Amino acid sequence: MIGIEHVYVLTGAMGLAFAGLSARDASNPKRFGNAAFWGLLSVSFLFGSELSDFWNGILALALIGIGGFGLMHRGAPVTAEGRVANAAKFGNGLFVPALVIPAAALLGTLFLKGSGFVDPKQVTLISLAGGVLIALAGAMLWIRPPPLAPIEEGRRLIDAIGWAAVLPQMLASLGAVFALGGVGDAVGQLATHYLPLDTPLAAAVAYCLGMAAFTAVMGNAFAAFPVMTAAIGLPLVVHRFGGDPVVMSAIGMLAGFCGTLTTPMAANFNIVPAALLELPDRNGVIKAQIPTALILLAANTGLMAALVYRV
Amino acid sequence: MMWPLLGIAAAVAGFALRLNPLLAIALAAGVTGWAGGLPLQHTIEAFGHAFAANRYVSVVFLVLPVIGLLERYGLQERARLLIARFKGATAGGLLLAYFLLRQLGAAFGIPFGGHAQVVRPLLAPMLEGAAEAQTGEELTPEQRNWLRAHAAAAENIGLFFGEDIFIAIGSILLIKGFLETYHIVAEPLALSVWAIPTAVLAALVHGTRIRLIDRKLRRDAR
Repeated sequence: MIGIEHVYVLTGAMGLAFAGLSARDASNPKRFGNAAFWGLLSVSFLFGSELSDFWNGILALALIGIGGFGLMHRGAPVTAEGRVANAAKFGNGLFVPALVIPAAALLGTLFLKGSGFVDPKQVTLISLAGGVLIALAGAMLWIRPPPLAPIEEGRRLIDAIGWAAVLPQMLASLGAVFALGGVGDAVGQLATHYLPLDTPLAAAVAYCLGMAAFTAVMGNAFAAFPVMTAAIGLPLVVHRFGGDPVVMSAIGMLAGFCGTLTTPMAANFNIVPAALLELPDRNGVIKAQIPTALILLAANTGLMAALVYRV
Repeated sequence: MMWPLLGIAAAVAGFALRLNPLLAIALAAGVTGWAGGLPLQHTIEAFGHAFAANRYVSVVFLVLPVIGLLERYGLQERARLLIARFKGATAGGLLLAYFLLRQLGAAFGIPFGGHAQVVRPLLAPMLEGAAEAQTGEELTPEQRNWLRAHAAAAENIGLFFGEDIFIAIGSILLIKGFLETYHIVAEPLALSVWAIPTAVLAALVHGTRIRLIDRKLRRDAR
């Protein structure tokens, strides 16, 4: 059965290739920094499941050191010139490999789930990786680029993202330390001791806004939900004032998603795409989202106040 | 005990002082562990465990070699040309169609889209091509960045306010599991029904903002 570990090995192999080609890129003044960064990330993918938690932690700290202290620089790989001329030559066929990847993710998710060939919990990511391999093989046979071209082009894009590529994983790790250190309990105590939550409306509004604010801090509504629901939602909205737990949870989670749209802590949605699209402003995507996020937060708070005690 | 909140304060201060985010994260993790009374080794172990457990977030970078290769052989130029051939196509109209399809797809658990897979190689260049065709002028760098940011925003908002309608999505299962530990039984369908009003509002609010893109492009062109 194909599991997520196989996909990690593939990702690790890609990282190793990025590291090797970075190391011999003489045009990059910090080439060994790049090579060390992608090499260590590759080690995490290849051996992360075997390494102890402590050594995984040291590995993450090493990545933080390389990325955080400016030891990386964007490489400038070139494998083919003349994009516009090429665009005419290869025509709309270029869309086919690009569309194979999302199509494989979609079809794999729909049809491979119960097949027994793949781990059903990770079927979308495994299908995505399969789609990548199919698209890559097809494109190589058709375009016939230099053999290292996919690695060099992948390196061009990953170098554009740089150390921000590991931000989502790092922020998830910070969230785990927050949870272990008792941050959730502290926020709950803060809310219940210092906010005047003695009316049903105040409790419902505090729960909604708390979900959004704590999600913005944690970068993840899934991390905020258990904390806010245990601190305010269940004891006050449900047990004291008789609100409906299903309505409360469903709308509360959506209020959390509004928080996700506003925060650099949700790096995989907000910061990595800004880097991937080569926006000069790291917060450019957040700025485009904030008006919608605030309107929807107000709307969710209104829906919560109107529905949670009526159903 | 309020001491663990120092960790949040450290993270916020780090970001506010424009410290490198990786260093801000390390600082916040260290402060949280120290304030929470954890030995340093435990903090490192918790951090490392979560780092390895969350590797799946980074698997999406696997698409970069294929996307990079196709870009080098003209994918983005092709996307621009293709959309410019449709006479009536506008940036706002195209993005609205993508946004609504993304939201609808997510509501039925259909995974298509993604920043690396679709937004960078296809959607963003198509928006730029449509905008240039409709105004007859080359976009300024500011307009280009603004359109790209809107492409990423539509991807996120469509996904977030569509997926909660799908009953097998992580957030619904998390709510169900959490409420069960408090002996409250919640049916996934009952939870997902309450995501529909917000989904409709999101389509209206963000759809309206996307419609305004064409108007702003017209005004800028004058």
